[in-house]
Amino acid sequence: MKIRSMKRSTRTNLITYLGVIIAFAATVILRDSGGLSRSLTGQLVPICCYMSMAVSLNLTVGILGELSLGHAGFMSVGAFSGVIAAMSLQSAIPSDALRLAVAMLVGAAVAAVAGVVIGTPVLRLRGDYLAIVTLAFGEIIKELVNCLLVGWDSRGLHVALNLTGDKSIADLGLETEGIAIIKGAQGATSTATISTFTAGFVLVLITLFVVLNLKDSRAGRAIMALRDNSIAAESVGLNLTKYKLMAFVTSAALAGAAGALYGLNFSSLQASKFDFNTSILILVFVVLGGLGNIWGSLIAAAALTILPEALRQFSDYRMLVYAIVLILVMLLTNNPTLRSVLSRLRPGASKEKEAA
Amino acid sequence: MEFLSYLISGISLGSVYAIIALGYTMVYGIAKMLNFAHGDIIMVGGYISFCAMNYLGLPSIVGIILAMLVCTVLGVVIEGLAYKPLRAAPSLAVLITAIGVSYFLQNAALLVWSAAPKVYTPIISGSLSLFGGALKIPYVSILTVVVCLVIMVALTAFTNMSKMGKAMRACSEDKGAAQLMGINVNATISMTFAIGSALAAIAGVLLCSSYPTLMPTTGSMPGIKAFTAAVFGGIGSIPGAFLGGLLLGIIEAMAKAYISTNLANSIVFAVLIVVLLVKPAGLLGRYVPEKV
Repeated sequence: MKIRSMKRSTRTNLITYLGVIIAFAATVILRDSGGLSRSLTGQLVPICCYMSMAVSLNLTVGILGELSLGHAGFMSVGAFSGVIAAMSLQSAIPSDALRLAVAMLVGAAVAAVAGVVIGTPVLRLRGDYLAIVTLAFGEIIKELVNCLLVGWDSRGLHVALNLTGDKSIADLGLETEGIAIIKGAQGATSTATISTFTAGFVLVLITLFVVLNLKDSRAGRAIMALRDNSIAAESVGLNLTKYKLMAFVTSAALAGAAGALYGLNFSSLQASKFDFNTSILILVFVVLGGLGNIWGSLIAAAALTILPEALRQFSDYRMLVYAIVLILVMLLTNNPTLRSVLSRLRPGASKEKEAA
Repeated sequence: MEFLSYLISGISLGSVYAIIALGYTMVYGIAKMLNFAHGDIIMVGGYISFCAMNYLGLPSIVGIILAMLVCTVLGVVIEGLAYKPLRAAPSLAVLITAIGVSYFLQNAALLVWSAAPKVYTPIISGSLSLFGGALKIPYVSILTVVVCLVIMVALTAFTNMSKMGKAMRACSEDKGAAQLMGINVNATISMTFAIGSALAAIAGVLLCSSYPTLMPTTGSMPGIKAFTAAVFGGIGSIPGAFLGGLLLGIIEAMAKAYISTNLANSIVFAVLIVVLLVKPAGLLGRYVPEKV
């Protein structure tokens, strides 16, 4: 009775949370009983990162309605600032879990700043132009991190930019017990891996909580109104820049936190990991899961990260099969005949369409 | 003198970008889609001409024509199989499909030609010595610039004067109205893909002649750069693509020579962002105000 009287969106949200919790519990049980293969166990943290990347990108692409091709850029910013934070706080915060939390917060904060810097001028552009600028931003971040030299010793952080390719980590003048954190194109090496699957699970829950609450709030309705018709929304007094920036920066911050978790999961990490292809990969999760559909993003992210693993028996052909699957899914989901058949199967959907 | 040689290599690189950007811009103008697979058609063009010249021993001109033919067919087939069914679909669906096609081409090339880079034999070698050998201009650079200019002039004449060109402009203006006037919209779009892909094949040959390493991912970065160039000049505009490509090549060469080799791409992209902020529709693009 109580469930029936709930709002439809609240019910969907509860089911989403419940689904994630059940999936987490099931995975932990499977892992501890040895039911998961080694490669799959190694994929658990990345899957959590990709899930929250997909949900946060869905905020920009699905809910705000702006195409972003540089989401991996924010992930990169978060990853490297998180790694720097975690490595330099190694003696200050002995607890791994606490240090991971701090690193993720730092990653989120720095990525949010990057989001404001890039978002303020760029959100004035529209459609494909916004897409190309976010793409450009992702590439710029990649090259900047490739030039970055960061070390830490008792005197604090040392940072240098290797612009012409003639500097190395030795030029930072670190004390002997100092640690080199980021070595230019080599990236972050010998990072202490402190990410855990539980942290990933918490990150996914927090991401879901933030995005779902934002979506169902007053601000979220304003953002969706801007997406559907920006002129009409502005004429009823909605502040275009404020709401666009709100969604964009939230999305960037969540990507930063996911990046920090990702960065602290690998002992070695290069900036080239977060290139255009990674941005596209996450966009594929969002589009296949359905624009604006949060649990769709979760499932698509998990399924498409496992799929290349599952296709391992095809060895050389697996990426080819992946590409074909991608094209076929897009063709089938946009097939008008199939769509009308599907909508007839779901009685609720046709009503929704008429209402819209 | 050093400056001049950097400038020339910039113009040559820019001409290649311009040829690729022309393909992007024409397809965008008509089909309103970002064809991410365009860069990979360049790579296919490079491989086909490589095979024709090195394995079959054909003369380079035959290799180029063969590459153009194969790429044209490939472009039309891709359009028919993957993009045509999505005419009415949301643009993001088309974008993802284009990305799927791009993955497909790259991985198919990986299977056919393997990941090991091939060393491309330039279609012409040697260079022109000026000022008593102080300035050397590779013949490839001269050829690239000349080819780019010829293509540019031919394409402008084609779109302005021929019947097909007029149909293309009509379609890019308003597909519905064009159809009512008796223009076969589907055939026009296929034609655009055919021209764009043929241009990509030429670009592939020229690119590999200047930078002779051929890999399945060879086309990605030039593809992204050319896309940037098209946006830079104003997407949908043919002179814009030419200007954008040229400027992008020069900026890249200058940034590499005088500022930083590591940050050359960043500088190119930063210039793009600044230009778009000042002129949101690109250098020569038309700003279309939104009607209420």
